[in-house]
Amino acid sequence: MAKGDPGAAARSRRAAPRSKRAAAAGEPELVQLLTPEGERIESALGPDGTEYRVDFTDEEYRGLYRDLVLVRKLDAEATALQRQGELGLWASLLGQEAAQVGSGRALRPQDMAFPTYREHGVLYCRGIDPIMPLGLFRGVDQGGWDPNEFKFNMYTIVIGAQTLHATGYAMGVAMDGKTGGDDGEAVIAYFGDGATSQGDVNESFVWASVFNAPLVFFCQNNQYAISEPLERQTRVPLYRRAGGFGFPGVRVDGNDVLASYAVTRHALDNARHGQGPSLIEAYTYRMGAHTTSDDPTRYRIASEVEAWQAKDPIARMKAFLTKQQIVDESFFAEVDEQARAESVHLRERVLAMPDPEPVTMFDHVYPNGSPELDEQRTQFSKYLESFEGSAH
Amino acid sequence: MSRIKEFNLPDLGEGLTEGEILAWLVKVGDVIELNQPIVEVETAKAAVEIPAKWAGQVQAIFHPEGATVEVGTPIIAIDTDPGAGPIEQATDALPAPSAASLAAVEIAPEEGMVEPGLIGGVAPGGRTAVLVGYGPRTTAAKRRPRKGVVPTQAAAVPAQATPAPAPVAPVSPAPAVNGDGRADGPVLAKPPVRKLAKDLGVDLAGLTGSGPLGSITREDVQRAASGTPAAAEPLTVTAPATAAASFGADREQRIPVKGVRKLTAENMSRSAFTAPHVTEFLTVDVTRAMKALDRLRERREWREVRVSPLLLVAKAVLLAVKRHPMVNSTWAGDEIVVKEYVNLGIAAATERGLIVPNIKDAGRLSLRELADAMTALVQTAKAGKTSPADMSGGTLTITNVGVFGVDTGTPILPPGESAILAFGAVREMPWVHKGKVKPRLVTTLGLSFDHRIIDGELGSKFLRDVGDFLADPEAALLAWT
Repeated sequence: MAKGDPGAAARSRRAAPRSKRAAAAGEPELVQLLTPEGERIESALGPDGTEYRVDFTDEEYRGLYRDLVLVRKLDAEATALQRQGELGLWASLLGQEAAQVGSGRALRPQDMAFPTYREHGVLYCRGIDPIMPLGLFRGVDQGGWDPNEFKFNMYTIVIGAQTLHATGYAMGVAMDGKTGGDDGEAVIAYFGDGATSQGDVNESFVWASVFNAPLVFFCQNNQYAISEPLERQTRVPLYRRAGGFGFPGVRVDGNDVLASYAVTRHALDNARHGQGPSLIEAYTYRMGAHTTSDDPTRYRIASEVEAWQAKDPIARMKAFLTKQQIVDESFFAEVDEQARAESVHLRERVLAMPDPEPVTMFDHVYPNGSPELDEQRTQFSKYLESFEGSAH
Repeated sequence: MSRIKEFNLPDLGEGLTEGEILAWLVKVGDVIELNQPIVEVETAKAAVEIPAKWAGQVQAIFHPEGATVEVGTPIIAIDTDPGAGPIEQATDALPAPSAASLAAVEIAPEEGMVEPGLIGGVAPGGRTAVLVGYGPRTTAAKRRPRKGVVPTQAAAVPAQATPAPAPVAPVSPAPAVNGDGRADGPVLAKPPVRKLAKDLGVDLAGLTGSGPLGSITREDVQRAASGTPAAAEPLTVTAPATAAASFGADREQRIPVKGVRKLTAENMSRSAFTAPHVTEFLTVDVTRAMKALDRLRERREWREVRVSPLLLVAKAVLLAVKRHPMVNSTWAGDEIVVKEYVNLGIAAATERGLIVPNIKDAGRLSLRELADAMTALVQTAKAGKTSPADMSGGTLTITNVGVFGVDTGTPILPPGESAILAFGAVREMPWVHKGKVKPRLVTTLGLSFDHRIIDGELGSKFLRDVGDFLADPEAALLAWT
């Protein structure tokens, strides 16, 4: 991160520790560096006394805003494509852009990420073509990106399973001796509030803890596990569960891209220096449905959605950029135009995706095939050929 | 392709086969943008807005609001280049979808075209064999036609051509089945069937299974259940589906059970068979209350407001709930959830059937706000525009059966609620008033409650309070508030 932005101190205000402010307002305690009104807080204290701050240049602020807008627009396009029958399903990230962009941008090139099926924003930050997940949800491929090349694993549909993969991977990183310095590797595992009730996630906590794995557990608490509200997942704030497993936990305002960045960067750096795992609870809200297959109006009330609307991650960044005169109106117009163009481009490419041949489903099961699969492929080909109008 | 594009109803969930057109948001002739919402469609999973797939001008709309449309059927035609002048072909082809797009909907196979046991083939019980799950509808499994003209031949080919063990059709005799088709050992039934049996009060051990390996099927349970005395009809009567019933040659009419009727049936059976209902009655002289209503109507600030006896009943219920909060609760298995807020349901008979929208947090409303909310609720319901959110989360319900001219009834609780009040007709009746028999305006209240939560004492006190308010609202207000 570039230093030496003389304007930064002037346009920030030093705030009291977040915990006191929050307690007074009746809000949950969380690390926040940018209020919903777009006010910058210079630094905030975590529950263990860690001081979080960011020191971005104007260009970096603009970059984060651009990320947020692009990620939201592409997501909206994917939702529309599903409604038009072009995708089988879509899991929208609407409302969670800041948690994803903040944590995604905090990753260093050597860090490895294990996503759920909603991490389109992190995927974008890792430099992967945003069309990749659309192939998966269109049912024409399995995802298509190379996890090793981009250091971003495949989407995992099974709830919480990726935390086990991440733990094993992180233990491997430590065994390879790749931790301990500034160039050390760290691993991040994404999951949601619902996944915290899974055995897999709790087992991951145990293993990561006792093996001191260089792993950051990044929980986007979007308040609902499909239709089940948070109070059906936990009686204590989720970040406090970490204490019972023996590693630190912190809750961050997941709609604040700056705080999400600061907290993730700190946790990753701890991990890469060999100081073991930690848990981040990014407190956020899923503004849309769990996926396009459910109707959120059936399980939550409109006033709750409205309350979160006022905490929108993009609106606060926009307010901040405007108030501090970091940008002018033309910048916003230019970003919107870029988002529009990219979404149109995305749509065109999705519609042009070829349907795969049914027999290709046997192709990527084993690296070198297997006699059993080969036999199945042969039988299935014969079956397909028995139809009128088949290619052969 | 031509500049006129037809948009087919997509599968909006995962594996849905149809959707109902709730509302068109555009009309023929409208110029629309890409991704502009064009129609609201409700499926078994959700009500969603569909955005336009192309920009252009709406050329035709193929289905009216309220129609149930199969996935894959064209619903709208859009002229994607309306500036290019009139369309060469006469538009008389519309509003029928083009033949090409209809042909794209695949054709169901003749029976025997697909061999039993294979995916898409016929499985026992008339269901369609699938890889996982309970499979799609059994009626129209859509497959491409097979090569080879004679169906029987086609059926024979793959089974013999493959040297690998052919998939075994599950009609083979099962070792665990004894002579009378009953399974030895534990009763075989899938969990949903067990749940159904439990809900319907059917003992699985007493049944003979007709499914594979002698397992008990959904149909077996339903057959057994229909032998038991049927539950009383729900009191909340709906308007007849249509006056012009069309009878066939056998002088019977068969109406498909779907939509609101289906939901009502499910809710009523579930409620009737899970919550032990108790119903109590109270007849009240409401002459004073009716006079109070008249006085209210005369006040200037109430002149524009619709004031009905139901409003007073709602107020009575809300005040009585404050005195007996347990009435406003839900049985949640191992705990009772008592609610501070009252989402007051009002059962409404609409053209689509019985719906029960509710007024959110009605306990906090002033009488005037309550009157406005009730008027809005009824108008929305009559217009068929009640949203799922309006209908969910109800905590206590009033059903105004008096509008149908009957005295009272034994209403069935909406699922999740613990009390429902039936408000009967207000009639002039001989009544002992101040020691003499006089003509008075009298009504009968019927309160059904969930006896798991509400004892007779509490239910009676609650009903008594509602009655006291209706007998003398002024005194009750002074005494309680």
